[in-house]
Amino acid sequence: MASSSLLRRAISSAPSSSLLRPMSARLFSSDETVLSIETSVPYTGHKIEPPSRIVETSPKELLSFFRDMALMRRMEIAADSLYKAKLIRGFCHLYDGQEAVAVGMEAAITKADGIITAYRDHCLFLGRGGTLVEAFAELMGRKAGCSNGKGGSMHFYKKDARFYGGHGIVGAQVPLGCGVAFAQKYNKEGAVTFALYGDGAANQGQLFEALNISALWDLPAILVCENNHYGMGTAEWRAAKSPSYYKRGDYVPGLKVDGMDALAVKQACKFAKEHALANGPIILEMDTYRYHGHSMSDPGSTYRTRDEISGIRQERDPLERIRKLILAHDITPASELKDIEKEIRKHVDDAIAQAKECPMPDESELFTNVYVKGYGVESFGPDRKEIRATLP
Amino acid sequence: MAMALRKLGWGGVLIGRRGFSSTGELESSSSRDGKLVNLFTAVNQALHIALDTDPRSYVFGEDVSFGGVFRCTTGLAHRFGRQRVFNTPLCEQGIAGFAIGLAAMGNRAIAEIQFADYIFPAFDQLVNEAAKFRYRSGNEFNCGGLTIRSPYGAVGHGGHYHSQSPEAFFCHVPGLKVVVIPRSPRQAKGLLLASIRDPNPVVFFEPKASTLKFIFRQLCKIYQCWLYRLAVEEVPDADYMLPLSQAEVIREGKDITVVGWGAQLSILEQACEDAEKEGISCELIDLRTLIPWDKETVEASVSKTGRLLVSHEAPVTGGFGAEISASIIERCFLRLEAPVARICGLDTPFPLVYEPFYMPTKNKSCFRLCTCEREYTSMTKGQYKRTTFHLWILFRQPIRALTEAFVQILDAIKSTVNY
Ligand SMILES: Cc1ncc(C[n+]2csc(CCOP(=O)(O)OP(=O)(O)O)c2C)c(N)n1
Ligand SMILES: [Mg+2]
Repeated sequence: MASSSLLRRAISSAPSSSLLRPMSARLFSSDETVLSIETSVPYTGHKIEPPSRIVETSPKELLSFFRDMALMRRMEIAADSLYKAKLIRGFCHLYDGQEAVAVGMEAAITKADGIITAYRDHCLFLGRGGTLVEAFAELMGRKAGCSNGKGGSMHFYKKDARFYGGHGIVGAQVPLGCGVAFAQKYNKEGAVTFALYGDGAANQGQLFEALNISALWDLPAILVCENNHYGMGTAEWRAAKSPSYYKRGDYVPGLKVDGMDALAVKQACKFAKEHALANGPIILEMDTYRYHGHSMSDPGSTYRTRDEISGIRQERDPLERIRKLILAHDITPASELKDIEKEIRKHVDDAIAQAKECPMPDESELFTNVYVKGYGVESFGPDRKEIRATLP
Repeated sequence: MAMALRKLGWGGVLIGRRGFSSTGELESSSSRDGKLVNLFTAVNQALHIALDTDPRSYVFGEDVSFGGVFRCTTGLAHRFGRQRVFNTPLCEQGIAGFAIGLAAMGNRAIAEIQFADYIFPAFDQLVNEAAKFRYRSGNEFNCGGLTIRSPYGAVGHGGHYHSQSPEAFFCHVPGLKVVVIPRSPRQAKGLLLASIRDPNPVVFFEPKASTLKFIFRQLCKIYQCWLYRLAVEEVPDADYMLPLSQAEVIREGKDITVVGWGAQLSILEQACEDAEKEGISCELIDLRTLIPWDKETVEASVSKTGRLLVSHEAPVTGGFGAEISASIIERCFLRLEAPVARICGLDTPFPLVYEPFYMPTKNKSCFRLCTCEREYTSMTKGQYKRTTFHLWILFRQPIRALTEAFVQILDAIKSTVNY
């Protein structure tokens, strides 16, 4: 992969983000030398000329990609163990394998741009600047969680970073994203909204309604189909007549992107944002893969072969791809990358320990946020005589 | 537990006629030759029979040909072929609309909505198309062969979108029949076959499954109850139907009538037992069909006991309990000795945390049962106060052992009860 990449150097500043500011400075490169790298898979466009395969990046950015993805990966693995230890309850959907989408997208946009997604939301939340403690606390239903412990795994939000969060009903978040985009356009914010959905969700009627609306009004909405090739146990081809999700918009242009390559994702999102601001909606199909089962109750091995999973891990893993690039360009020695991973592991463990210390939400939270505070609505108990709580 | 279920009796049995038939004849059967199976196997058996006896029946839904999330459709695709048992894409509105069209062509369309929480995208099709097809076409068309199956209700930590009980929404729609099963596997099989063969569109809710067995065990501990869904029971291999719109008295008593359906019955059964220890004799009724519901059975019982408690998991306001309460007050006003009591879910979204607070648990039900029974008897105010306080202490103790927080809620309850 690295062998096919082109290398050019020039001086420029590349945007970079990191979720791990407090880590030791040694692990942060400030080298902003521009590296030009060719994506291993070309883009395929639908009614649009695809962007160049040559992506500009820098050692600093590659390292931040590595760190962010390693952190996301570690968080999801830890969530898996916490679930098995019964510290996380309810439904829990993990993102490992798909990290490049979250990281690449963040690298192309700002916090003025919105992101809205379904229930597989942990890593997108981290990408938007959410903290590990907030994430784990939410997963464990604690007060310090990003939704005060009331949402759980499927419902992470971060308003200040325009993360409109996790939604439980498959497909429902996409029209919402178009509404957000309309407001952005109306307020002349110069910002866009990314509405993410799965390959399974792509077959919901709401998607097409949302597409038409946003095309009709040229909304800065970017529909991102995270095609991990399965909707629960159903392979994409069993559920979709045309699994070319980037073409599903018909009159809306689309782009098929290697969703396992953070650089390809970055370039595509940058391109899409410019397109959406100038012309209205566009669909990005991210070709990606989830390593875990659909949710914690799915071992993930009945409808796909172990060979398929390990093959993707070996050949397309988003984290390994960046590691190889870093090594191929002599940015950081392999041993230091290992140190980074060790440090991340410690960060995650510390965050879990901290989250475990958090109290549960107050019992009164059962009644809050049903309606606006102070509107005098009463919530009744199992019998009107037993509990009468005026909603705070 | 199987014994407890057996105790509930077998009752009248409709033996289905083979072939494309919507009717059956009522027969009293003492046949108990069947295997011990759980609810999902019973549903599976019913679907097997439905497909087997009627070549114009179809089973479909998300992941159905793989057996479905709750394994109710295991083996059907293999046995009857992928032309008749098939997966649909993830599109509830499409599934419902498609099923209505299929049924309108004279077929039996048995569609599964994976969780009752996901039935809302299909709500329009069911309310506006399925329910009114016969009426608005002056009987030229109908989709009577339509049955929508969907698992509903709490599972313990199911959170906002895997726990809801939406039955009351459908009860507000003339043209749909609404059935909530079951107390038991045997009931499940008989009622499902009757629903499939009923010449009206039926929405059929099932409690959730044993794939979440572990959670259920936790739940059992928390709620101190046993759950029907884990129960095994002898289910006859035969093709049989249980009549729709017939409630069943599953426990006889003289002081208070208790009405419930679905999984809530297990909790009520326990509450009745506890109340019995307090000297209160409860008559427990499984409503089985919500629309059209068996008013006569409930009325007869309330006429005898003079008191009624209705209980369901869905929020209390606008729940089906409200309808039962209103109808019974109309019919039994002069015979009622206390206002109708409701023990239901709270008027909040289904919560992820503190689910037991939301739920109409055994202790809440029992407490209410006892207060309802003691209220308005010829006690003096002082006597009444003492009795309720006694009950209060009684049901507070086991709860205290469960969680500190629960006690606080109960304190809140106590302070707002105006004895
Ligand atoms: C309306 C609705 N129907 C069904 C479900 C149950 N469900 C949850 S996730 C899922 C599969 C979605 O697959 P996909 O869109 O590909 O997303 P992925 O899980 O792969 O990220 C299903 C069927 C739901 N949440 N909402
Ligand atoms: Mg998918």
